[in-house]
Amino acid sequence: MASTDTAPPRRRSRLVHNLKRLGATVLALAATFLGLMLITFVIGRVVPIDPVLAVVGERATTAQYEAAREALGLDRPMWEQFVIYVRDALTGDLGTSIRTRTPVAEDIARYFPATLELATIATIFGVLLGIPAGVLAATRPGTWIDQLVRLIGLMGYSMPVFWLGLMGLLLFYGILGWVGGPGRLDAGFEMMFEFDVPRVTGMILIDTALAGKWDIFRNALSHIILPAGVLGYYSMAYISRMTRSFMMNELSQEYITTARVKGMPEWRVIWVHALKNVMVPLITVIALSYANLLEGSVLTETVFAWPGLGLYITTALFSADMPAVLGGTVVVGIVFVALNMFSDILYRLVDPRAR
Amino acid sequence: MTTLTTWLRDPNPASRLQARLGQGYLGWLRFRRNPLAMIGFLIVSLLLLMAAFAPLVATHDPITQNLTQRLLPPLTAGHLLGTDEFGRDIFSRIVFGARVTLYIVGLVAITAPIFGLLIGTVAGYFGGWVDQVLMRITDIFLAFPKLILALALVAVLGPGIENAVLAIALTSWPPYARVARAETLTVRNADYIAAVRLQGAGAGRIIWGYVMPMCLPSVIIRVTLDMAGVILTAAGLGFLGLGVQPPMAEWGLMISSGRKFLFEQWWVATMPGLAIFIVSLGFNLLGDGLRDVLDPRSAGK
Repeated sequence: MASTDTAPPRRRSRLVHNLKRLGATVLALAATFLGLMLITFVIGRVVPIDPVLAVVGERATTAQYEAAREALGLDRPMWEQFVIYVRDALTGDLGTSIRTRTPVAEDIARYFPATLELATIATIFGVLLGIPAGVLAATRPGTWIDQLVRLIGLMGYSMPVFWLGLMGLLLFYGILGWVGGPGRLDAGFEMMFEFDVPRVTGMILIDTALAGKWDIFRNALSHIILPAGVLGYYSMAYISRMTRSFMMNELSQEYITTARVKGMPEWRVIWVHALKNVMVPLITVIALSYANLLEGSVLTETVFAWPGLGLYITTALFSADMPAVLGGTVVVGIVFVALNMFSDILYRLVDPRAR
Repeated sequence: MTTLTTWLRDPNPASRLQARLGQGYLGWLRFRRNPLAMIGFLIVSLLLLMAAFAPLVATHDPITQNLTQRLLPPLTAGHLLGTDEFGRDIFSRIVFGARVTLYIVGLVAITAPIFGLLIGTVAGYFGGWVDQVLMRITDIFLAFPKLILALALVAVLGPGIENAVLAIALTSWPPYARVARAETLTVRNADYIAAVRLQGAGAGRIIWGYVMPMCLPSVIIRVTLDMAGVILTAAGLGFLGLGVQPPMAEWGLMISSGRKFLFEQWWVATMPGLAIFIVSLGFNLLGDGLRDVLDPRSAGK
């Protein structure tokens, strides 16, 4: 960067400092990634399923068995196997699924958009409802609004997500008929989506909107609203609780008193001045809740027959398809770590005090 | 009774026991003022009683099938919460399920914090590269989504109640290690530790006898707050068919079997879920209350 050469020395030292921090972050990321790989590697090796047998079948001759064993690289020393495992993963090769006979990375690329779509809409729900709820509770501590927000949060921490999903299905689909049932689309629309809509992102709502197929879009919306609402509830519980505590802290600061003394309208003090500063730590919270939704999706996707990454992992688990299970685990782990790092970096960019 | 309370309230306790009990009594008084915490305490006590006296509370055998009594709705004669697809009384199964839940929660609550305490205190006490390595490992485990790691572990170990406990424990120790390390850092340079060291105590003795007790309160609070999470994870594993195996009565497993009749016989899936909800809520309320009592930093708020 040429501009930094002419920058005053103080700025340059800050740049060096930032670069150092970035280096440390990258190093930590690499270490975490290696650890992640090591854990899944160990799990994959101690599992009581013979990966060779799974490939060649029960009736293979000893020669065939040995050949397959060599092809899988299982005859090499452990450390070498691990190096190959990491190298393959870095180039996007997560092995081949035993169940579907396709590369795990390809499978995941097909299943992941469904999870991403679900988690994104859920996070939008959580943010849009959670932040106002937290702010309202913080500005009226001890009132019924505060108690209500607290109760909603506590319930979110105490309800099993799969049960809430089932209850939602029972009420909104079974009894009221307001939403679509399990799956991403009705069976009829499934075929239409398969043949008429080009895959761009793999997310139904975006792809159908791009193709202008609004009837499929509406159907997809009626299917996603319930699972996203269920997951969004958990996200809201977490976000509103954190917003409340950040906001309480912020409202006791002196600049708020100054703003009030100046005669600034109360809504402006809260929703503009205080909220701006609350948003900084909230970014981390939102990123964390987004990452947690990926985890919550394992159970939610089972309940709603949602063909996402969580369902992929559990289905693979039941057919003893270890490459798929471990590949899925690695991907979720990486996304998890990446989101944490991302929020950390964003935090530093937004908050001048953290630089 | 009055002599007991005056003895407890004595500002000049005569013995260490009296001082400790007095402290506990004051804590209890503070705890009692918090209605939500009391509700939590009540729920958890009820759960303990229900589990202890399950054969007396339950009206039917939780395992024996009775196919003539299949899928009866709640409040039918003799079946308070109805029956499931094998004609088993749901209320009785929930009562016996409390034992399974407490068994899992209890085992996790013992193993995970001890492991976390060990890692955290050792890392905090020694510092340097020991700290670096141990905390890096902790971070890696923290980086994994808990349920997914538990799933992968169960895939290795095979489904079952002990393996579910092991998987949950292996995924839930890192926060305790973090808490214990933070506490250790605050006390490791204290004078009383230096005094013990000068008397010739080794690192193991110092950590076990003088550092760990200081970490206990914050770890215990964390454990109570995490109990609800453990219950939910265990139920989730059961729901996926990876935890407790049938015909054992486990709440998550019961919900999963009720899924098939959700729209016709709603109660089969609903009732055990309510049980999980109430019990988790109880632990959450209790944990919140305990934090207010035991943690002086949050007591003022």
